[in-house]
Amino acid sequence: MPRGKMGMKKKKAISALLYHCLVALFCIVMIYPFLWMAASSFKPNSDIFSTVESLIPRSFTLEHYGDGWRGFAGFGFGSFYRNSVVIALLCTVGTVLSSVIVAFGFARLKFPGRGFWFGLMMLTMMLPSQVLMIPQFLLFNTFKMVGTFLPLFLPAFFGNAFDVFMVMQFIRGIPREMDDAARIDGCGWYGVFWRIYLPMIRPAVATVAVLTFLGSWQDFMGPLLYLNGPGQYTVAYALKLFNDSAGNDYGATFAMSVLSLVPVLILFFLFQKQLVEGISLQGLKG
Amino acid sequence: MEDKKKRTWRQKTAAVLNKQWVAGYVFIFPFIIGVLVFKLAPFFTSFYLAFTDYSVLSPPKWIGLDNFRKMFLQDEKFWASLLVTFKFAFVQVPVKLAVSLLVALVLSRRSRAVGVYRTIFYIPSLMGGSVAVALLWKQLFAMDGVINVLLGWIGIPPVQWLTNPSTALYVLIGLGVWQFGSSMLIFLAAIQNVPATYYEAARIDGAGGFTCFFRITLPMITPVLFFNLVNQLIGALQAFNSSYLITSGGPLNSTLYYGLHLYNRAFKYYEMGYGCAMAWFMLVIIGIFTALVFRSSSAWVYYESEVK
Repeated sequence: MPRGKMGMKKKKAISALLYHCLVALFCIVMIYPFLWMAASSFKPNSDIFSTVESLIPRSFTLEHYGDGWRGFAGFGFGSFYRNSVVIALLCTVGTVLSSVIVAFGFARLKFPGRGFWFGLMMLTMMLPSQVLMIPQFLLFNTFKMVGTFLPLFLPAFFGNAFDVFMVMQFIRGIPREMDDAARIDGCGWYGVFWRIYLPMIRPAVATVAVLTFLGSWQDFMGPLLYLNGPGQYTVAYALKLFNDSAGNDYGATFAMSVLSLVPVLILFFLFQKQLVEGISLQGLKG
Repeated sequence: MEDKKKRTWRQKTAAVLNKQWVAGYVFIFPFIIGVLVFKLAPFFTSFYLAFTDYSVLSPPKWIGLDNFRKMFLQDEKFWASLLVTFKFAFVQVPVKLAVSLLVALVLSRRSRAVGVYRTIFYIPSLMGGSVAVALLWKQLFAMDGVINVLLGWIGIPPVQWLTNPSTALYVLIGLGVWQFGSSMLIFLAAIQNVPATYYEAARIDGAGGFTCFFRITLPMITPVLFFNLVNQLIGALQAFNSSYLITSGGPLNSTLYYGLHLYNRAFKYYEMGYGCAMAWFMLVIIGIFTALVFRSSSAWVYYESEVK
Protein backbone atom coordinates (compact mmCIF):
# COMPACT_ATOMS: atom_id res chain seq x y z
CA MET A 1 0.00 0.00 0.00
CA PRO A 2 2.33 2.73 -1.16
CA ARG A 3 -0.37 5.35 -0.91
CA GLY A 4 -1.11 4.80 2.76
CA LYS A 5 2.58 4.89 3.53
CA MET A 6 2.94 8.19 1.72
CA GLY A 7 0.05 9.58 3.75
CA MET A 8 1.69 8.47 6.99
CA LYS A 9 4.96 10.03 5.98
CA LYS A 10 3.25 13.28 5.10
CA LYS A 11 1.38 13.31 8.39
CA LYS A 12 4.59 12.72 10.26
CA ALA A 13 6.34 15.52 8.39
CA ILE A 14 3.50 17.92 9.11
CA SER A 15 3.46 17.09 12.80
CA ALA A 16 7.25 17.52 12.96
CA LEU A 17 6.96 20.88 11.22
CA LEU A 18 4.24 21.97 13.63
CA TYR A 19 6.35 20.82 16.58
CA HIS A 20 9.42 22.75 15.46
CA CYS A 21 7.39 25.87 14.67
CA LEU A 22 5.76 25.91 18.09
CA VAL A 23 8.97 25.22 20.02
CA ALA A 24 10.91 27.78 18.01
CA LEU A 25 8.20 30.35 18.66
CA PHE A 26 8.44 29.64 22.36
CA CYS A 27 12.23 30.03 22.11
CA ILE A 28 11.77 33.50 20.68
CA VAL A 29 9.38 34.43 23.48
CA MET A 30 11.94 33.18 26.00
CA ILE A 31 14.83 35.24 24.72
CA TYR A 32 12.75 38.18 23.55
CA PRO A 33 13.62 40.26 26.65
CA PHE A 34 17.32 39.96 25.83
CA LEU A 35 16.76 40.88 22.19
CA TRP A 36 14.66 43.84 23.29
CA MET A 37 17.36 45.03 25.68
CA ALA A 38 20.08 44.69 23.06
CA ALA A 39 17.95 46.54 20.47
CA SER A 40 17.06 49.30 22.95
CA SER A 41 20.72 49.87 23.76
CA PHE A 42 21.21 51.02 20.15
CA LYS A 43 18.16 53.33 20.05
CA PRO A 44 18.23 57.02 20.98
CA ASN A 45 16.56 57.54 24.38
CA SER A 46 13.56 59.22 22.78
CA ASP A 47 12.89 56.09 20.71
CA ILE A 48 13.22 53.40 23.39
CA PHE A 49 9.68 53.65 24.68
CA SER A 50 8.03 55.30 21.68
CA THR A 51 9.08 52.40 19.43
CA VAL A 52 8.95 49.86 22.22
CA GLU A 53 7.63 47.02 20.06
CA SER A 54 10.30 47.27 17.39
CA LEU A 55 13.46 45.21 17.62
CA ILE A 56 15.17 47.13 14.82
CA PRO A 57 16.31 50.65 15.78
CA ARG A 58 14.79 53.38 13.60
CA SER A 59 17.98 55.40 13.96
CA PHE A 60 21.00 53.48 15.11
CA THR A 61 23.31 55.00 17.74
CA LEU A 62 26.34 53.88 19.70
CA GLU A 63 26.36 56.87 22.05
CA HIS A 64 24.93 54.89 24.99
CA TYR A 65 27.98 52.66 25.02
CA GLY A 66 30.30 55.65 25.20
CA ASP A 67 28.17 57.45 27.81
CA GLY A 68 27.71 54.35 29.91
CA TRP A 69 31.34 53.29 29.78
CA ARG A 70 32.29 56.57 31.49
CA GLY A 71 30.47 55.24 34.57
CA PHE A 72 29.83 57.45 37.60
CA ALA A 73 31.62 59.09 40.53
CA GLY A 74 34.83 59.30 38.54
CA PHE A 75 35.09 55.58 37.88
CA GLY A 76 34.35 54.07 34.50
CA PHE A 77 33.11 50.59 33.66
CA GLY A 78 36.69 49.71 32.75
CA SER A 79 37.51 49.89 36.44
CA PHE A 80 34.38 47.91 37.41
CA TYR A 81 35.28 45.26 34.85
CA ARG A 82 38.77 44.95 36.26
CA ASN A 83 37.42 44.51 39.80
CA SER A 84 34.93 41.87 38.66
CA VAL A 85 37.57 39.94 36.74
CA VAL A 86 40.03 39.98 39.64
CA ILE A 87 37.44 38.79 42.16
CA ALA A 88 35.93 36.17 39.86
CA LEU A 89 39.35 34.77 38.91
CA LEU A 90 40.49 34.55 42.54
CA CYS A 91 37.23 32.82 43.44
CA THR A 92 37.64 30.38 40.59
CA VAL A 93 41.25 29.52 41.38
CA GLY A 94 40.42 29.08 45.06
CA THR A 95 37.36 26.95 44.47
CA VAL A 96 39.02 24.71 41.92
CA LEU A 97 42.14 24.12 44.02
CA SER A 98 40.37 23.49 47.29
CA SER A 99 37.46 21.46 45.98
CA VAL A 100 39.71 19.14 43.97
CA ILE A 101 42.02 18.50 46.92
CA VAL A 102 39.24 18.02 49.46
CA ALA A 103 37.20 15.86 47.08
CA PHE A 104 40.13 13.48 46.58
CA GLY A 105 40.53 13.16 50.34
CA PHE A 106 36.87 12.32 50.88
CA ALA A 107 36.41 10.11 47.84
CA ARG A 108 39.56 7.98 47.92
CA LEU A 109 41.15 7.92 51.36
CA LYS A 110 39.88 6.06 54.41
CA PHE A 111 40.57 7.71 57.73
CA PRO A 112 38.95 7.84 61.14
CA GLY A 113 36.42 10.71 61.31
CA ARG A 114 35.76 10.75 57.59
CA GLY A 115 32.07 10.04 58.08
CA PHE A 116 31.80 12.84 60.62
CA TRP A 117 33.44 15.48 58.44
CA PHE A 118 31.58 14.37 55.36
CA GLY A 119 28.28 14.52 57.22
CA LEU A 120 29.19 17.99 58.43
CA MET A 121 29.82 19.05 54.86
CA MET A 122 26.42 17.78 53.73
CA LEU A 123 24.76 19.60 56.62
CA THR A 124 26.42 22.91 55.79
CA MET A 125 25.15 22.49 52.25
CA MET A 126 21.59 22.76 53.54
CA LEU A 127 22.26 25.68 55.87
CA PRO A 128 20.45 28.80 54.63
CA SER A 129 22.88 31.56 53.77
CA GLN A 130 20.82 34.06 55.76
CA VAL A 131 21.86 32.43 59.02
CA LEU A 132 25.53 32.88 58.20
CA MET A 133 25.26 36.31 56.55
CA ILE A 134 25.32 38.47 59.69
CA PRO A 135 27.98 36.60 61.73
CA GLN A 136 30.22 36.27 58.66
CA PHE A 137 29.94 40.00 58.14
CA LEU A 138 30.85 40.57 61.78
CA LEU A 139 33.78 38.18 61.44
CA PHE A 140 35.19 40.04 58.45
CA ASN A 141 34.46 43.31 60.19
CA THR A 142 36.48 42.22 63.23
CA PHE A 143 39.47 41.49 61.03
CA LYS A 144 39.08 44.84 59.22
CA MET A 145 38.38 43.11 55.92
CA VAL A 146 35.14 44.95 55.12
CA GLY A 147 35.92 47.34 52.30
CA THR A 148 38.41 44.94 50.69
CA PHE A 149 37.98 42.11 48.17
CA LEU A 150 38.97 39.49 50.77
CA PRO A 151 35.48 38.56 52.03
CA LEU A 152 34.42 37.96 48.44
CA PHE A 153 37.06 35.40 47.55
CA LEU A 154 38.75 34.15 50.73
CA PRO A 155 36.06 31.56 51.63
CA ALA A 156 36.46 30.07 48.15
CA PHE A 157 39.90 28.73 49.13
CA PHE A 158 38.46 26.44 51.80
CA GLY A 159 36.34 24.07 49.78
CA ASN A 160 32.77 24.81 48.72
CA ALA A 161 30.51 21.90 49.65
CA PHE A 162 28.59 21.79 46.34
CA ASP A 163 31.76 21.77 44.28
CA VAL A 164 33.52 19.23 46.49
CA PHE A 165 30.50 16.99 46.13
CA MET A 166 30.43 17.37 42.36
CA VAL A 167 34.13 16.50 41.98
CA MET A 168 33.68 13.59 44.40
CA GLN A 169 30.96 12.11 42.23
CA PHE A 170 33.28 12.37 39.28
CA ILE A 171 36.19 10.74 41.13
CA ARG A 172 33.94 7.87 42.22
CA GLY A 173 33.47 7.04 38.56
CA ILE A 174 37.21 6.40 38.10
CA PRO A 175 38.23 2.74 38.61
CA ARG A 176 40.24 2.18 41.79
CA GLU A 177 42.60 -0.31 40.09
CA MET A 178 44.44 2.72 38.72
CA ASP A 179 45.66 3.91 42.08
CA ASP A 180 46.35 0.39 43.36
CA ALA A 181 48.71 -0.15 40.45
CA ALA A 182 50.42 3.16 41.06
CA ARG A 183 50.74 2.41 44.79
CA ILE A 184 52.43 -0.89 44.05
CA ASP A 185 54.87 0.96 41.82
CA GLY A 186 55.85 3.04 44.85
CA CYS A 187 53.76 6.10 44.24
CA GLY A 188 52.59 7.89 47.40
CA TRP A 189 49.07 9.26 47.89
CA TYR A 190 50.20 12.67 46.79
CA GLY A 191 51.71 11.20 43.64
CA VAL A 192 48.52 9.27 42.95
CA PHE A 193 46.54 12.48 43.31
CA TRP A 194 48.93 14.54 41.23
CA ARG A 195 49.80 12.09 38.46
CA ILE A 196 46.64 10.03 38.10
CA TYR A 197 43.60 11.87 39.38
CA LEU A 198 44.39 15.45 38.52
CA PRO A 199 44.72 14.77 34.79
CA MET A 200 41.60 12.58 34.80
CA ILE A 201 39.23 14.96 36.54
CA ARG A 202 39.81 17.82 34.14
CA PRO A 203 36.21 17.79 32.83
CA ALA A 204 34.86 18.16 36.36
CA VAL A 205 37.36 20.93 37.01
CA ALA A 206 36.14 22.79 33.94
CA THR A 207 32.53 22.58 35.12
CA VAL A 208 33.39 23.79 38.62
CA ALA A 209 35.53 26.61 37.23
CA VAL A 210 32.89 27.95 34.85
CA LEU A 211 30.06 27.73 37.37
CA THR A 212 32.16 29.49 40.01
CA PHE A 213 33.27 32.23 37.65
CA LEU A 214 29.72 32.89 36.52
CA GLY A 215 28.41 32.83 40.08
CA SER A 216 31.01 35.31 41.25
CA TRP A 217 30.58 37.52 38.19
CA GLN A 218 26.86 37.89 38.78
CA ASP A 219 27.00 38.02 42.58
CA PHE A 220 25.15 41.00 43.99
CA MET A 221 24.79 40.32 47.71
CA GLY A 222 28.54 39.99 48.35
CA PRO A 223 29.53 43.36 46.86
CA LEU A 224 26.46 44.96 48.47
CA LEU A 225 27.66 43.86 51.91
CA TYR A 226 31.40 44.20 51.61
CA LEU A 227 32.48 46.84 49.11
CA ASN A 228 32.96 50.47 50.05
CA GLY A 229 33.42 53.18 47.48
CA PRO A 230 33.10 53.15 43.68
CA GLY A 231 36.78 52.30 43.22
CA GLN A 232 36.00 48.78 44.45
CA TYR A 233 32.66 48.14 42.76
CA THR A 234 32.12 45.14 40.54
CA VAL A 235 30.17 45.35 37.29
CA ALA A 236 27.01 43.82 38.78
CA TYR A 237 26.94 46.18 41.75
CA ALA A 238 27.99 49.24 39.75
CA LEU A 239 25.20 48.54 37.28
CA LYS A 240 22.56 48.88 39.99
CA LEU A 241 24.03 52.16 41.25
CA PHE A 242 24.55 53.41 37.72
CA ASN A 243 20.88 52.79 37.01
CA ASP A 244 19.93 54.70 40.16
CA SER A 245 22.11 57.65 39.16
CA ALA A 246 21.36 57.62 35.43
CA GLY A 247 17.68 58.39 36.01
CA ASN A 248 15.98 58.52 32.64
CA ASP A 249 19.04 57.62 30.61
CA TYR A 250 17.68 54.13 29.91
CA GLY A 251 19.86 53.63 26.88
CA ALA A 252 23.09 53.84 28.85
CA THR A 253 21.78 51.41 31.48
CA PHE A 254 20.78 48.95 28.75
CA ALA A 255 24.14 49.34 27.02
CA MET A 256 26.03 48.56 30.23
CA SER A 257 23.61 45.72 31.02
CA VAL A 258 24.42 44.21 27.64
CA LEU A 259 28.14 44.55 28.33
CA SER A 260 27.74 42.95 31.76
CA LEU A 261 26.14 39.89 30.16
CA VAL A 262 28.63 39.52 27.29
CA PRO A 263 31.24 37.59 29.35
CA VAL A 264 28.48 35.32 30.65
CA LEU A 265 27.33 34.55 27.11
CA ILE A 266 30.87 33.98 25.83
CA LEU A 267 31.68 31.57 28.67
CA PHE A 268 28.37 29.83 28.17
CA PHE A 269 28.96 29.20 24.49
CA LEU A 270 32.55 28.10 25.06
CA PHE A 271 31.70 25.69 27.86
CA GLN A 272 28.14 24.83 26.97
CA LYS A 273 28.71 21.11 27.15
CA GLN A 274 30.29 21.16 30.59
CA LEU A 275 27.64 23.50 31.96
CA VAL A 276 24.64 21.66 30.63
CA GLU A 277 26.06 18.31 31.72
CA GLY A 278 27.01 19.69 35.12
CA ILE A 279 23.47 20.93 35.74
CA SER A 280 21.82 17.82 34.33
CA LEU A 281 23.88 15.51 36.50
CA GLN A 282 23.18 17.41 39.71
CA GLY A 283 19.79 15.83 40.03
CA LEU A 284 20.72 12.34 38.90
CA LYS A 285 23.66 11.76 41.15
CA GLY A 286 22.38 13.62 44.20
CA MET B 1 77.07 11.30 58.37
CA GLU B 2 75.00 14.46 58.77
CA ASP B 3 73.60 13.99 55.29
CA LYS B 4 72.47 10.46 56.06
CA LYS B 5 70.72 11.57 59.21
CA LYS B 6 68.87 14.28 57.32
CA ARG B 7 67.71 11.85 54.70
CA THR B 8 66.33 9.38 57.19
CA TRP B 9 64.48 12.21 58.90
CA ARG B 10 63.01 13.19 55.60
CA GLN B 11 62.10 9.64 54.77
CA LYS B 12 60.43 9.28 58.13
CA THR B 13 58.30 12.36 57.55
CA ALA B 14 57.40 11.10 54.11
CA ALA B 15 56.41 7.75 55.55
CA VAL B 16 54.20 9.38 58.18
CA LEU B 17 52.61 11.70 55.67
CA ASN B 18 51.91 8.76 53.40
CA LYS B 19 49.94 6.85 55.99
CA GLN B 20 46.43 6.77 54.67
CA TRP B 21 44.78 8.49 57.61
CA VAL B 22 47.40 11.24 57.74
CA ALA B 23 47.11 11.82 54.02
CA GLY B 24 43.33 11.92 54.40
CA TYR B 25 43.53 14.74 56.92
CA VAL B 26 46.12 16.58 54.83
CA PHE B 27 43.73 16.54 51.87
CA ILE B 28 40.63 17.64 53.74
CA PHE B 29 42.54 20.19 55.83
CA PRO B 30 41.30 23.21 53.85
CA PHE B 31 37.74 22.03 54.37
CA ILE B 32 38.21 21.59 58.14
CA ILE B 33 39.56 25.13 58.52
CA GLY B 34 36.84 26.50 56.26
CA VAL B 35 33.98 24.75 58.00
CA LEU B 36 35.20 25.82 61.44
CA VAL B 37 35.89 29.45 60.55
CA PHE B 38 33.24 30.23 57.96
CA LYS B 39 30.43 27.87 58.93
CA LEU B 40 30.43 26.54 62.50
CA ALA B 41 31.76 29.62 64.30
CA PRO B 42 29.28 31.94 62.50
CA PHE B 43 26.51 29.41 63.09
CA PHE B 44 26.93 29.42 66.86
CA THR B 45 27.66 33.15 66.98
CA SER B 46 24.41 33.75 65.17
CA PHE B 47 22.54 31.64 67.71
CA TYR B 48 24.05 33.60 70.57
CA LEU B 49 23.43 36.98 68.92
CA ALA B 50 19.76 36.10 68.41
CA PHE B 51 19.33 36.64 72.16
CA THR B 52 21.19 39.94 72.27
CA ASP B 53 20.84 43.56 71.34
CA TYR B 54 23.80 44.31 69.12
CA SER B 55 24.43 47.37 66.96
CA VAL B 56 28.11 46.64 66.16
CA LEU B 57 29.24 49.87 67.86
CA SER B 58 28.77 48.62 71.42
CA PRO B 59 29.23 45.02 72.62
CA PRO B 60 26.21 42.67 72.41
CA LYS B 61 23.83 42.94 75.34
CA TRP B 62 21.94 39.84 76.50
CA ILE B 63 18.20 40.46 76.32
CA GLY B 64 16.86 36.91 76.43
CA LEU B 65 13.80 36.36 74.26
CA ASP B 66 13.11 40.04 73.62
CA ASN B 67 14.03 39.86 69.93
CA PHE B 68 11.53 37.08 69.38
CA ARG B 69 8.88 38.88 71.41
CA LYS B 70 9.41 41.97 69.28
CA MET B 71 9.30 39.89 66.12
CA PHE B 72 6.02 38.13 66.92
CA LEU B 73 4.18 40.91 68.75
CA GLN B 74 5.40 44.30 67.55
CA ASP B 75 6.98 44.07 64.11
CA GLU B 76 4.09 44.18 61.66
CA LYS B 77 6.49 44.03 58.75
CA PHE B 78 7.76 40.71 60.07
CA TRP B 79 4.38 39.03 59.53
CA ALA B 80 3.86 40.88 56.26
CA SER B 81 7.22 39.71 54.95
CA LEU B 82 6.63 36.15 56.09
CA LEU B 83 3.31 36.11 54.27
CA VAL B 84 4.86 37.61 51.12
CA THR B 85 7.61 35.00 51.15
CA PHE B 86 5.16 32.12 51.59
CA LYS B 87 3.02 33.46 48.78
CA PHE B 88 6.08 33.87 46.58
CA ALA B 89 7.37 30.37 47.30
CA PHE B 90 4.05 28.53 47.11
CA VAL B 91 3.06 30.10 43.83
CA GLN B 92 6.44 30.19 42.14
CA VAL B 93 7.73 26.71 42.99
CA PRO B 94 4.77 24.64 41.71
CA VAL B 95 4.36 26.77 38.57
CA LYS B 96 8.07 26.65 37.80
CA LEU B 97 8.23 22.89 38.34
CA ALA B 98 5.17 22.31 36.16
CA VAL B 99 6.55 24.48 33.36
CA SER B 100 10.00 22.91 33.50
CA LEU B 101 8.55 19.39 33.49
CA LEU B 102 6.25 20.21 30.59
CA VAL B 103 9.04 21.73 28.51
CA ALA B 104 11.32 18.82 29.35
CA LEU B 105 8.63 16.42 28.09
CA VAL B 106 8.25 18.40 24.89
CA LEU B 107 12.00 18.35 24.36
CA SER B 108 12.43 14.67 25.18
CA ARG B 109 11.61 13.82 21.56
CA ARG B 110 14.80 12.81 19.79
CA SER B 111 15.73 15.39 17.21
CA ARG B 112 18.87 17.27 16.35
CA ALA B 113 17.25 20.65 16.96
CA VAL B 114 16.50 19.73 20.58
CA GLY B 115 20.06 20.60 21.59
CA VAL B 116 19.55 24.13 20.30
CA TYR B 117 16.17 24.55 22.01
CA ARG B 118 17.60 23.24 25.26
CA THR B 119 20.38 25.80 25.09
CA ILE B 120 18.01 28.68 24.43
CA PHE B 121 15.64 27.71 27.24
CA TYR B 122 18.57 27.51 29.62
CA ILE B 123 19.84 31.04 28.89
CA PRO B 124 17.33 32.90 31.13
CA SER B 125 18.22 30.76 34.11
CA LEU B 126 21.91 31.26 33.39
CA MET B 127 21.59 35.04 33.61
CA GLY B 128 18.29 35.46 35.44
CA GLY B 129 19.89 36.25 38.78
CA SER B 130 21.94 39.07 37.36
CA VAL B 131 21.39 42.74 38.03
CA ALA B 132 21.05 43.40 34.30
CA VAL B 133 18.03 41.12 34.01
CA ALA B 134 16.37 42.59 37.08
CA LEU B 135 16.70 46.10 35.65
CA LEU B 136 15.43 44.84 32.31
CA TRP B 137 12.42 43.16 33.93
CA LYS B 138 11.53 46.45 35.58
CA GLN B 139 11.43 48.17 32.19
CA LEU B 140 9.45 45.38 30.53
CA PHE B 141 6.67 45.82 33.08
CA ALA B 142 6.84 49.61 33.17
CA MET B 143 3.69 51.56 32.37
CA ASP B 144 4.91 52.20 28.79
CA GLY B 145 6.87 48.93 28.64
CA VAL B 146 6.67 46.07 26.17
CA ILE B 147 4.16 44.03 28.15
CA ASN B 148 1.58 46.80 28.21
CA VAL B 149 2.09 47.53 24.52
CA LEU B 150 1.56 43.87 23.66
CA LEU B 151 -1.56 43.76 25.84
CA GLY B 152 -2.76 46.89 24.07
CA TRP B 153 -2.70 44.99 20.77
CA ILE B 154 -5.33 42.59 22.06
CA GLY B 155 -7.35 45.39 23.59
CA ILE B 156 -6.32 45.18 27.23
CA PRO B 157 -5.76 48.57 28.88
CA PRO B 158 -2.29 49.16 30.38
CA VAL B 159 -1.70 47.88 33.92
CA GLN B 160 0.46 49.52 36.61
CA TRP B 161 2.26 46.23 37.17
CA LEU B 162 4.90 47.36 39.61
CA THR B 163 3.08 50.08 41.52
CA ASN B 164 -0.04 48.06 42.18
CA PRO B 165 0.25 45.98 45.39
CA SER B 166 -1.91 43.21 43.93
CA THR B 167 0.22 42.63 40.83
CA ALA B 168 3.80 43.53 41.83
CA LEU B 169 4.58 40.21 43.50
CA TYR B 170 3.38 38.31 40.43
CA VAL B 171 5.81 40.23 38.25
CA LEU B 172 8.63 38.96 40.48
CA ILE B 173 7.17 35.45 40.45
CA GLY B 174 7.12 35.66 36.67
CA LEU B 175 10.81 36.51 36.67
CA GLY B 176 11.46 33.40 38.77
CA VAL B 177 9.34 31.13 36.57
CA TRP B 178 11.04 32.45 33.45
CA GLN B 179 14.26 30.94 34.83
CA PHE B 180 12.94 27.38 34.67
CA GLY B 181 15.92 26.30 32.55
CA SER B 182 18.10 24.55 35.10
CA SER B 183 15.32 22.45 36.61
CA MET B 184 14.18 21.68 33.05
CA LEU B 185 17.67 20.34 32.24
CA ILE B 186 17.57 18.11 35.31
CA PHE B 187 14.12 16.76 34.33
CA LEU B 188 15.23 16.23 30.76
CA ALA B 189 18.27 14.20 31.79
CA ALA B 190 16.04 12.05 34.01
CA ILE B 191 13.43 11.51 31.30
CA GLN B 192 16.08 10.44 28.81
CA ASN B 193 17.39 7.99 31.39
CA VAL B 194 14.15 6.00 31.46
CA PRO B 195 14.82 2.75 29.54
CA ALA B 196 13.07 2.70 26.17
CA THR B 197 12.07 -0.93 26.73
CA TYR B 198 9.54 0.17 29.37
CA TYR B 199 7.68 2.24 26.79
CA GLU B 200 7.91 -0.49 24.18
CA ALA B 201 6.38 -2.99 26.58
CA ALA B 202 3.63 -0.53 27.49
CA ARG B 203 2.85 0.16 23.81
CA ILE B 204 2.49 -3.56 23.13
CA ASP B 205 -0.03 -3.67 25.98
CA GLY B 206 -1.88 -0.85 24.23
CA ALA B 207 -1.00 2.07 26.51
CA GLY B 208 -1.40 5.60 25.11
CA GLY B 209 0.71 8.69 25.66
CA PHE B 210 -1.06 9.77 28.84
CA THR B 211 -0.92 6.35 30.42
CA CYS B 212 2.78 6.13 29.55
CA PHE B 213 3.42 9.45 31.22
CA PHE B 214 1.51 8.79 34.42
CA ARG B 215 2.48 5.13 34.77
CA ILE B 216 6.11 5.19 33.56
CA THR B 217 7.70 8.60 33.10
CA LEU B 218 6.31 10.32 36.18
CA PRO B 219 7.08 7.51 38.66
CA MET B 220 10.54 7.06 37.18
CA ILE B 221 11.48 10.71 37.60
CA THR B 222 10.07 11.24 41.10
CA PRO B 223 13.57 11.24 42.68
CA VAL B 224 14.51 14.16 40.45
CA LEU B 225 11.18 15.87 41.06
CA PHE B 226 11.92 15.56 44.76
CA PHE B 227 15.40 17.04 44.32
CA ASN B 228 14.04 19.97 42.30
CA LEU B 229 11.22 20.56 44.78
CA VAL B 230 13.55 20.76 47.79
CA ASN B 231 16.06 22.91 45.94
CA GLN B 232 13.53 25.37 44.57
CA LEU B 233 11.63 25.64 47.84
CA ILE B 234 14.76 26.43 49.87
CA GLY B 235 15.86 28.91 47.20
CA ALA B 236 12.49 30.67 47.07
CA LEU B 237 12.25 31.05 50.85
CA GLN B 238 15.61 32.85 50.79
CA ALA B 239 14.87 35.13 47.84
CA PHE B 240 16.35 38.61 48.01
CA ASN B 241 17.72 40.06 44.77
CA SER B 242 14.61 40.50 42.66
CA SER B 243 12.76 42.46 45.32
CA TYR B 244 15.76 44.57 46.32
CA LEU B 245 16.53 45.46 42.70
CA ILE B 246 13.09 45.82 41.16
CA THR B 247 10.61 47.00 43.79
CA SER B 248 12.66 47.61 46.98
CA GLY B 249 9.92 45.74 48.82
CA GLY B 250 7.13 48.06 47.73
CA PRO B 251 4.44 49.00 46.92
CA LEU B 252 2.98 48.90 50.43
CA ASN B 253 5.38 46.09 51.40
CA SER B 254 3.63 43.78 48.93
CA THR B 255 6.98 42.41 47.71
CA LEU B 256 8.89 42.69 50.98
CA TYR B 257 10.60 39.29 51.07
CA TYR B 258 11.60 37.95 54.44
CA GLY B 259 15.24 38.10 53.29
CA LEU B 260 14.91 41.76 52.36
CA HIS B 261 13.28 42.68 55.66
CA LEU B 262 16.06 40.84 57.49
CA TYR B 263 18.69 42.66 55.46
CA ASN B 264 17.08 46.04 56.17
CA ARG B 265 16.89 45.43 59.90
CA ALA B 266 20.48 44.18 60.11
CA PHE B 267 22.33 46.40 57.67
CA LYS B 268 20.21 49.53 57.38
CA TYR B 269 19.30 49.91 61.06
CA TYR B 270 22.21 47.85 62.44
CA GLU B 271 19.98 45.60 64.50
CA MET B 272 22.29 42.60 64.17
CA GLY B 273 20.76 40.69 67.09
CA TYR B 274 17.28 41.10 65.68
CA GLY B 275 18.50 40.04 62.24
CA CYS B 276 20.00 36.87 63.72
CA ALA B 277 16.75 36.09 65.50
CA MET B 278 14.92 36.46 62.19
CA ALA B 279 17.45 34.24 60.45
CA TRP B 280 17.01 31.52 63.05
CA PHE B 281 13.26 31.66 62.71
CA MET B 282 13.69 31.17 58.96
CA LEU B 283 16.06 28.29 59.61
CA VAL B 284 13.37 26.60 61.71
CA ILE B 285 10.77 27.17 58.98
CA ILE B 286 13.02 25.80 56.26
CA GLY B 287 13.84 22.87 58.53
CA ILE B 288 10.14 22.11 59.03
CA PHE B 289 9.34 22.30 55.31
CA THR B 290 12.33 20.19 54.34
CA ALA B 291 11.42 17.61 56.99
CA LEU B 292 7.82 17.52 55.71
CA VAL B 293 8.93 17.03 52.13
CA PHE B 294 11.41 14.34 53.16
CA ARG B 295 8.86 12.50 55.31
CA SER B 296 6.24 12.60 52.59
CA SER B 297 8.78 11.37 50.07
CA SER B 298 8.42 7.69 50.99
CA ALA B 299 4.82 7.94 49.81
CA TRP B 300 5.51 9.38 46.39
CA VAL B 301 9.20 9.09 45.52
CA TYR B 302 10.00 5.87 43.75
CA TYR B 303 13.51 4.45 43.95
CA GLU B 304 14.13 1.63 41.53
CA SER B 305 16.61 -0.18 43.77
CA GLU B 306 13.98 -0.62 46.49
CA VAL B 307 11.91 -2.90 44.33
CA LYS B 308 14.68 -5.21 43.25
